[in-house]
Amino acid sequence: MTTPRVSAAAVAALALLGTTACGGGGGAGSDEMHVWMYQDTLVVVQEGAVERFNADSDAEAVIDEVPGDSYVERLRTAMGSSKKPDVFFNWGGGSIEPYVEQGMLEPLDDMLAENPEFAGSFIPSVLESGKIDGVQYGIPLRGTQPVILFYNEAVFEEAGAEPPETWDDILDLVDTFNEEGVTPFALAGADPWTEQMWLQYLVDRIGGPEVFERIVGGDSEGWRDPAVLEAAEMVAELVDRGAFGDAYASVSYTEGGASTLLSEGRAAMHLMGSWEYSTHLDQAEDFAKEDLGYTAFPPIDGGEGDPANVVGNPTNFFSVTSDSPHLDSALEFLTYTSQEEYVADMVANGEVPTTTGAEELLADSPSPDFATFQYEMVRDAPHFQLSWDQALPPDVATPMVTEIESLFNGQSTPEQFVDALAAL
Amino acid sequence: MTRKSPAGSAPRTGRPGALWAVPGLVYFAVFAALPMALVAYLSLTEWGGLGAPRFVGLDNWARLFDDPLMGKAVWLSLLLTAASWAVQTPIALLLGVWAAGRQRTRAVLSAIFFLPLLLSSAAVAIIWRALLDPNFGPAAWLGPALGLGSLDLLGGSGSAFWVIVFVSAWQFIPLHMLLYQGGARQIPESLYQAARIDGAGRLSMFWHITLPQLRHTITTSSVLMVVGALTYFDTVLILTGGGPGTDTSIVPFLMYRVGFKSWELGYASAIAFTLVLAATVVALLMVRFTGFGSMRSTREGM
Repeated sequence: MTTPRVSAAAVAALALLGTTACGGGGGAGSDEMHVWMYQDTLVVVQEGAVERFNADSDAEAVIDEVPGDSYVERLRTAMGSSKKPDVFFNWGGGSIEPYVEQGMLEPLDDMLAENPEFAGSFIPSVLESGKIDGVQYGIPLRGTQPVILFYNEAVFEEAGAEPPETWDDILDLVDTFNEEGVTPFALAGADPWTEQMWLQYLVDRIGGPEVFERIVGGDSEGWRDPAVLEAAEMVAELVDRGAFGDAYASVSYTEGGASTLLSEGRAAMHLMGSWEYSTHLDQAEDFAKEDLGYTAFPPIDGGEGDPANVVGNPTNFFSVTSDSPHLDSALEFLTYTSQEEYVADMVANGEVPTTTGAEELLADSPSPDFATFQYEMVRDAPHFQLSWDQALPPDVATPMVTEIESLFNGQSTPEQFVDALAAL
Repeated sequence: MTRKSPAGSAPRTGRPGALWAVPGLVYFAVFAALPMALVAYLSLTEWGGLGAPRFVGLDNWARLFDDPLMGKAVWLSLLLTAASWAVQTPIALLLGVWAAGRQRTRAVLSAIFFLPLLLSSAAVAIIWRALLDPNFGPAAWLGPALGLGSLDLLGGSGSAFWVIVFVSAWQFIPLHMLLYQGGARQIPESLYQAARIDGAGRLSMFWHITLPQLRHTITTSSVLMVVGALTYFDTVLILTGGGPGTDTSIVPFLMYRVGFKSWELGYASAIAFTLVLAATVVALLMVRFTGFGSMRSTREGM
């Protein structure tokens, strides 16, 4: 008499196992093709692409949105298991290098060679940054994200100040705003990647892209380049002058602390990725439309780097796992990222696409001026430096980011900073 | 079933058969012993979570002794353990003894004091993070109001550490208070009656009766506190992220950072195993030196 009950329990247990397996973001073996995306407001663009793809093809693609805070960890854990995603969002560079080393990613060179039109639709330098050791592993999927110096025009007007055009301007502005009782620069010190942006620009302006190229090539002595020390000293000077106020060490960017300081006029400037614009558009629309100013990071006197260079994330990429049971569908799906509808969706959501023909579309952006500024900035940049913590492998990037935090907190001197990095 | 007791066999009133321990042992083996064995093995390898681990012998263990961050983490963990114990024990003991009284006010207030324990560690950390936000939390106006300027408690090297001590005390004192309350209610009333006849005051009764009678409770509570503080993690992760810099990177946090940020799972396993060893040794020592192991009665002579 117990048999039906036992089998019912077994069915229930199996069902439970099934749901937990799917909850883990299953990929291999299931009928659906899993596309992992970093969760944010821009995923609507990829959702549109999946809808069009599913309508055209036999395969069934689904997007798994993974919360941003834990994206890297979740991805790595899944890649080490049998539940790999078929297609996944990444930053290129060091963020996928470990997977390339393990032979887990599908080289995309053949696919690009077979679709010359598709390959030609991206800005070449951006497509180039999806390569590891000369082999293409990533296809651009997002807009470009250069780091821009944002400022609050109302605060500048009140202080009678002009946006900075040289490094001396920056130092003067720090003093001006401190006298006004406004924090000169908002800084989210609890998220050291925001502090890293300062060093990236300073090192590039002072010593050019070659300095970091040597480091990313695996030579940690490259940190001893005089440009790094000089950049660290400039950071220390900014901190001492009160450029970031005195309460930044525990401010978090992801919780919105730093951006709100800028929009409320409690801080005058904020060095941040271009997504800052959409953040303000979302959180403080009036401010974004009326008072949010933006300018390029100023040149440094005597610096070797081209002042037109930019740092940030050239774009984000889709990569494909090579043992995916949906390999052909996945490769087919990638081509949707250059379709007209896809690019139009990006523009409508405030992104600046990395496709060559995007310029004419920018007029449809919610903020055409900003979109054009950003597009030209990237198009005209001789070098686009990928964020250091994404370019370096995680076992170097993690301690590096902590050292940057200590430098900005005044817990280490510029010399100690350089020594610590060279020892990594 | 008929009860048959073969002649000469031991009566059935003694210890239960070893078979009864099987469920517990299986559980322990699968969820504690096996993972620990795997961690011990991983600590001898280099592994990034992908592919097969590469055997490197004792490299990770050698690195453990040279790593300045590990040294700092050990020091911070010891400091956190000592500070947590020193802060929580007196408060929990006094509150617990106070709450042992049967008055209605005490029952109501105890229930209120007990609330933080019902919240998850993550919720507690997020609440305190919001309260201590230097720009938008109450700390933002409290600092200038007290003439202290900007109050960035989570951003200061020393203050961030003490915030963690405080928040963990806020969260865990209720648990220990409950232990002491139970302990205090077990003390026979006759001891106090006898003391009163001898003319003892409240203070000397507390000192000579309550405290010695709570000896075993103090040990239990202390072991929980010490082992808890050694493995304290979630609050640090959410409240300070190990920062500013590495100033609150205690051993469990360092283990997480090395393992799941740097993806050096071999080295992280060596740190984890060190922690297991340290916590075991500390717990054993405490049980031994407090006489808890010998289980002497607190009621001798009664």
